[in-house]
Amino acid sequence: AMEDVCARFVSQKISKTRWRPLPAAALQPPDLFATGSWDNEDNRISIWSVGDLGNVGLHGEYQGEPQLLCDIRHNGDVMDMQFLDQERIVVASSTGTVTVFRHHQKNQTLSANQRWEKAHYHVDQDTSCGGAACTGVICNNPEIVTVGEDGRINLFRADQKDAVRTIDNADSSTLHAVTFLRTTEILTVNSIGQLKIWDFRQQRNEPSQIFSLTGDRVPLHCVDRHPNQQHIVATGGQNGMLSIWDIRQGTMPVALLNAHEAEMWEVHFHPSNPDHLFTCSEDGSLWHWDTSTDVSEKPSFLHQGGRSTTYFSHNTINQSVVSAWLSNDPTKDRMEITNLIPNQTLSVNSLDILGPCLVYGTDAEAIYVNRQLFA
Amino acid sequence: AAVPSQVVPGADPSARQLCFAWGPAEVLVCETLFGRRSESPSRGEGGPGRALLPGTLIAYVAGTGEGGPSSSRLFVVRKDQDIYIQTLRKLFNESHGIFIGLQRSEEELAGKSRKAQLVQVSKNYRSVIRACMEDMHQAAILTRDPALHSQYSTQVSILSAMELIWNLCEILFVEAAAAGPLLLRLLDWVRLHVCDVDNIVHEVLSSENPSKHELFWNVVDVFVLQGRMDEARHLLSKEASANPTSVNMYKILDDLMKKMPVPSLGNTQTLTEMELKWQHWHEECQRYLQDGTFASNSHMESICKILLGDEDAILEKKDLMTTWYHFLVTRLLYSHPTVKPMELRMDLFLGGESSPEPLDTILMAAFEFEMHQVIKECSIALSNWWFVAHLTDLLDHCKLLQSHNLYFGSNMREFLLLEYASGLFSHHSLWQLGVDYFDHCPEYGRVYLELHIERIPLNTEQKALKVLRICEQRQMHEQVRSICKIMAMKALRNNRLGSALSWSIRAKDAAFATLISDRFLKDYCESGCFSDLDLIDNLGPSMLLSDRLTFLGKYREFHRLYGEKRFSEAAKLLLMLMTAHIAPCSFWMTLLTDALPLLEQKEVIFSAEQTYELMRCLEDLTAGKSDKQKFQDDDVEIMKVEMLRLALARNLARVIVKEGTLEGS
Repeated sequence: AMEDVCARFVSQKISKTRWRPLPAAALQPPDLFATGSWDNEDNRISIWSVGDLGNVGLHGEYQGEPQLLCDIRHNGDVMDMQFLDQERIVVASSTGTVTVFRHHQKNQTLSANQRWEKAHYHVDQDTSCGGAACTGVICNNPEIVTVGEDGRINLFRADQKDAVRTIDNADSSTLHAVTFLRTTEILTVNSIGQLKIWDFRQQRNEPSQIFSLTGDRVPLHCVDRHPNQQHIVATGGQNGMLSIWDIRQGTMPVALLNAHEAEMWEVHFHPSNPDHLFTCSEDGSLWHWDTSTDVSEKPSFLHQGGRSTTYFSHNTINQSVVSAWLSNDPTKDRMEITNLIPNQTLSVNSLDILGPCLVYGTDAEAIYVNRQLFA
Repeated sequence: AAVPSQVVPGADPSARQLCFAWGPAEVLVCETLFGRRSESPSRGEGGPGRALLPGTLIAYVAGTGEGGPSSSRLFVVRKDQDIYIQTLRKLFNESHGIFIGLQRSEEELAGKSRKAQLVQVSKNYRSVIRACMEDMHQAAILTRDPALHSQYSTQVSILSAMELIWNLCEILFVEAAAAGPLLLRLLDWVRLHVCDVDNIVHEVLSSENPSKHELFWNVVDVFVLQGRMDEARHLLSKEASANPTSVNMYKILDDLMKKMPVPSLGNTQTLTEMELKWQHWHEECQRYLQDGTFASNSHMESICKILLGDEDAILEKKDLMTTWYHFLVTRLLYSHPTVKPMELRMDLFLGGESSPEPLDTILMAAFEFEMHQVIKECSIALSNWWFVAHLTDLLDHCKLLQSHNLYFGSNMREFLLLEYASGLFSHHSLWQLGVDYFDHCPEYGRVYLELHIERIPLNTEQKALKVLRICEQRQMHEQVRSICKIMAMKALRNNRLGSALSWSIRAKDAAFATLISDRFLKDYCESGCFSDLDLIDNLGPSMLLSDRLTFLGKYREFHRLYGEKRFSEAAKLLLMLMTAHIAPCSFWMTLLTDALPLLEQKEVIFSAEQTYELMRCLEDLTAGKSDKQKFQDDDVEIMKVEMLRLALARNLARVIVKEGTLEGS
C-alpha cells in the first residue's frame, strides 16, 4: 500500500539505488542502501539508513524518512552501481572510470578504495579527454564486469590493478547493461536490440550467442536473469516493452509485454521470489509484475510479532518446473500487474528489491522506501 | 511593468562602456574599450542610488582573474538567483508535483468541492514552503560558518515572508471566506505568524507560579488581542483564586469573555443574528466599564476597553502586537466582527504608521484586494520567480485573473511561468522540471522549450535519450533531428560508426546515414573486411533509409552468400546491385572485381545473359570516362579491366558451350 512508502527529497537527481546485501543467514530485512546521483555539478554516492528498528511502531508500521549516514563526491554522473560485498560498492562513471568505494561502518565514512581510470574510452586511453561513459557494472565477488558506450567489455578483479580481460570493440553499438549468466558467462544488451552471451573461457573476442528483437531494432536498456532458472532472462527496451527470453531456444524473445510508455531503465526479478518482477521507467512509473499462479498458493510472507519477518519460502520455486514467465501468453490469465506510483511525473531511474523492501530514486530528486511490499 | 531595476555589482558604466548579450536566462555584460577616456575621474555619484534588492541578481566576474585596471571584465548575470540555492531544490521539486497535479485537476468539479480542492492545493504549497523553512533553519543551526549561517537565516526569513503572504492570499482570494469565518481565518493567520510573543507566553506559562510572574498581564493581553479567549480565561482563573477580595470582579470579566459572540464556521447563524448578539454583548461590556466595576484594577479595565474595541486601549498594547496587521485584525475582531472582505480597506490605514517595508506594501495590497499589485510587488521584492509563478497560476485557476492581459501577448500567468521555467533551464540539473511548466504555457511555451532544449549539454547517451524523449513526446521533429545529429557526429568523431549509424537511423537522417555508409564502404575497400558486422547484418527495414545504406546492407549480404558458398545467389545479387543502380558508380569497379572469383569458379555461375549484362556494365563504366581520366588511370586499373574482359569472355565461351549442351540434350 502506498501509505507504507517513505519519501525523502534529497536535492539531487538519483540515478541509482541499491540495497546493501544481507549476510547469508540474515533474518532481518535490509536496513542500508546506497544511492548515486547524476547531472549535478557535484555528484555524490550516499549511504542511507531506513531507520533503526526502534522506529517501527507497535503494529510493525514504519515511520520516518531515510537518514543520511555518509556521502562522498563522485566525479561524473553515476551510471551504475553494485555492491561487491557488505562493505564495498563498485560505481560506474560517465567519465569512463570505475571506482570501488568502501563504506566504513564504524565511523560512518566512505572512501575510494580502488579505481580504474578510464576503463572505458574512445580512440585513445591516454589522452586528456576521450573517456567513454561506463554504462553498466555487475559484480560476482571478486570479479567485476563493466560495459560502456565504447562497446568495450572489461573484466576486473577486485584488488588487482589491471583488467583481467578486455574485449575491445565487443559491440559496434553502445552496450547499455550487463549481468552474469553463470560464473564465466555474461549477458549484455545493446542499443540495436541485441542480447548477447559472452563466455570468458573462450579466447575469441566474439559473443557465443546473439539474440535479437526482430524488426525495429528497439534499443535494450536493462537485463536481469531469473535467480533460479538461469535460462530465463528479462530485458527492458526503449519503447518500455518488457521482453522475456528463453536462451535455450530460438534467437527471439518468448514474450513481449507492453508496459511503460518510455524507456525502461531497470528490470529486476525478486531475488528470493522470482514470480515477482519489478520494472521502472522514464515515464515515471514503477510496475510490479506478479505471476504467482494462484492466490491460495501465494508464498507465505508472515509477520511474526511485527518485528522479525520471514522471507519467501523457496518451495514454490522448485515446484514450478515450467516457469510462469515462459507460458505462451503470460498476459492472459496469470499475470497481475500493478503500478506502484500513481501520480509520478518524472523518470524513475532506478529500483532495487530485497526481501520485503523496495527502494527507488527519481529525477524529481526523491528517494522512496517501501518496507512492506507484499503487505 | 513588473521589472525590478537591477544593479550589477562591480559594473560601472561611468568608467567603462558596457555591452550586453542576452541569453534565455542569463545576460552577459562586458566591459569594452570603446570610447574610453584616458582618465576616468569618478563623478562621485554618492554611492549606488538604489540599494541592490536582496539577491535579485547575482553576478559572476568571469575569465579575467586579478587582471589590472586595464583589463576588461565579463559579468554573467543570472535572472533567478534562488534557483542555485541547494536547499531550495526541495521546494522546486516538490512544488513541481503540486503544480502538475493542479493542471491535471478536474475543472468540472462544481463550486464548493472545486474550491475545497484549490484551498487544499494552496495548503500543499504552503506546507512545502514550511518544510523548506524548517530544513533551512536546521541548516542554519548546524553550520559553523558564520557567512553560511547568515545566508541561511536570510533565507528563513524570506521563506517565512513568502508563507505569510501566501497564507493571506489563500484566505482572501482562494478561499474567499465569507464574513464571520473570514475573521476566524485572519486570527489563525495572526497566531501562526506573529511569533515574537510566543517566548514570553512560554516563559510565563512554564514558570512555577504564573500569576506572580511580572509578565503575567502581558500574556493575558496577548491572548485577548489574538482572540484566544479560553486561554485568557484559564490564566485569569489562576489570578482570581490568588485574590479572594476581587473575586467578583474576575467573575464578571470572565463572564464577559465567555459570552463574547464568535462567528461560527458553519452556517448555523445568520449575519443579522450575529450582529444582534454582538450589539447586546457590546452594551453589557459598556455598562460594566461605565459603572466602574473594573476601576480598581487597571489591567482588567484595559482588557474591558479592548473588548469594546477602544482604539487607544488597543494601541497601548502595540508592543505585544509587533505588526500593523496584527493590530488590524485585533481591531476588526473587537469593533467589526462581521466584516465582509471588501470592507477591510476602510480600517487599513489606522495602523499603517510605520514606514512601509516591501512586505507591508504587499500585505496592504492584499488587504485592498489588489491582486495584481500583490504579484507585482512580490516580483520586485523576492529574489525568485517561484513564488509569483505558482501563486499567479493558482489564482488563475481560481478564475481571478482572467480579465488581465499584458500588452505583449501572453497573459500574466504565462509570462511568470515562462520566467520561472527559463530560470530552471539555466540550471545544470533542474532543467527537467522546466519542461512541464513550458507545457502548460499555451502561447509561448512551445517556442521557449524549443529554444532551451537545444542548449542542454549532452554529455552521455543516456542524457541525450532523456532529452530526446522530451522532444519526441512533443513532436519536436527539428530538435529530434538536431540531437540525433549531434550524437551521430560525436560517435563518428570517436570512430564509433555503429553508434553513429544508429543515431542517424533514429533521426531518419538519410544524408547522414549515407555519409556513414560511405565510411563503412571506404573502410572495407581499405581493409578488405567489414567492421561492425553485428550492426550491418541487423539493419532490417531501416536499411531503406538511404540508398547507400541499402547498398551497404545488400553488399554485405553478397559477402555472406559468397562466404556460405551460395554462389549463384551471390552472383544474381551482385549483378542486380549494378543493373538496378543500387550501387554508386564509384563502387562498380570493386563489384566487378568481386565478380572475378565467381567467373573463375570451376562451375559456371553466370548465365550467358548475365555475362552480357556484366560486360555491358564494364563497358558503361569505361566508356563513361573521358580520355583524360583514362590517361590518368594507372596500370593496375587498366590491367584490372583487361583481366575482367578476359574472364568475361572465357565465361561466355564456357556458358555457351554449357547452355548449348543443355539445350541439345
